[in-house]
Amino acid sequence: MFHDLGFEVAAGRALLLTGRNGAGKSTLLRVLALLTPAQRGEIAWDGKPVREDAEAWRARLAWLGHADAVKGDLTVRETLEAAQWLCAGGPPSRALWDGVLARFDLVPLLDRPGRYLSAGQHRRVALARVALSAATVWLLDEPAAALDEASRQSLHAAITDHLAAGGIAVIATHGDIVLPGALALDVGAFTPDGTVSLEAWA
Amino acid sequence: MSRFMALVGRDLRLAWRRPGDAAVVLAFFVLAASLFPLGVGPALETLARIAPGVLWVAALFAAMLSLDRLFADDFADGTLEQLALAPLPLELTALAKCLAHWIVTGLPLAVLSPALGLLFGLDAASIATLTASLLLGAPSLSLLGGLGAALTLGARRGGALLSLLVLPLAVPVLIFGVGAVEALKGGDGVLAHFALLGAFLAGTLAITPWAMAAALRQAVE
Repeated sequence: MFHDLGFEVAAGRALLLTGRNGAGKSTLLRVLALLTPAQRGEIAWDGKPVREDAEAWRARLAWLGHADAVKGDLTVRETLEAAQWLCAGGPPSRALWDGVLARFDLVPLLDRPGRYLSAGQHRRVALARVALSAATVWLLDEPAAALDEASRQSLHAAITDHLAAGGIAVIATHGDIVLPGALALDVGAFTPDGTVSLEAWA
Repeated sequence: MSRFMALVGRDLRLAWRRPGDAAVVLAFFVLAASLFPLGVGPALETLARIAPGVLWVAALFAAMLSLDRLFADDFADGTLEQLALAPLPLELTALAKCLAHWIVTGLPLAVLSPALGLLFGLDAASIATLTASLLLGAPSLSLLGGLGAALTLGARRGGALLSLLVLPLAVPVLIFGVGAVEALKGGDGVLAHFALLGAFLAGTLAITPWAMAAALRQAVE
């Protein structure tokens, strides 16, 4: 997919992955989440390869993929609570729970089963799951997909808060996420068949 | 441990919301078993002789029906990716899902079997032995089935493939399960068969979680 790609993200910074369809934005995110093994290369946290302690690395991650992981038969409340138990081993703090639900406007939907939600509402539930997790590193794949303008603003606010608290976000986007001060990486420039290949320049 | 139980609880809740899925399995078990008297004839001594084998095979097939959804729903809606990234090791995740599957499928099948035993004219001692052998054998079926479900995840026509994969592996369970009831009728010791069923369960418990986790990692890759 891509090669000779390297970056470093400091605490409190976001990295936006851009590039045409199929450039490998999602693949790069999956490699970072250790879902897909990279053929070569290393991911390091604080200078130490994450391979050495994959469990600790996974515990730092919150993942939002293409699929929202919202169950049609569970209500929004049950979906979020089950996710929270699974990632933190207990219920979330009251203040965090209330804050996140209010931010993504999910309070009116709490008792609605997932199958009665629209695509944008699914996405908001998935984003709330990420925001509820205490993860340091957010890996978000097209987080603004299917979101309306108000929800996109909520997403921006959530990411900004996360970064202000010293978190890190790596976000694959088609330009619908605009974060001041964020690093940007055009994954397409590192692909063998990309329009701009580094090798062609060398 | 709380994460493990939370996952079991979530799966049980999902099953509770779709009672039809479990009901179909039980209905298939009852229907398949009750077709035999119609096919073989109503002679009670014949029926009592074939009853352990028929009920075990019917339970085996019924369990197969429920297996293809074990990981498929979580795989389709992205939950499996979340589970793969969760702090709970994927081996325990797979084990939790098999436990929930046993509670929803294996346990009701075993509980239902005495009624079918009566239908086949089995005596009380044989019915008790049959039920006990199903109780001890069904967890192995859930574990082997979980392995099959994990291996066939994402495959086209995974259900048929799953049965082809799991049924040969389940042969020992069938042999020792039926053997326990036969031993009782023959006046031999029943305990040996239960010990072998238990040993088989211990073996599957030791091996399948790791195999399932490896297969699930492949699937989400």
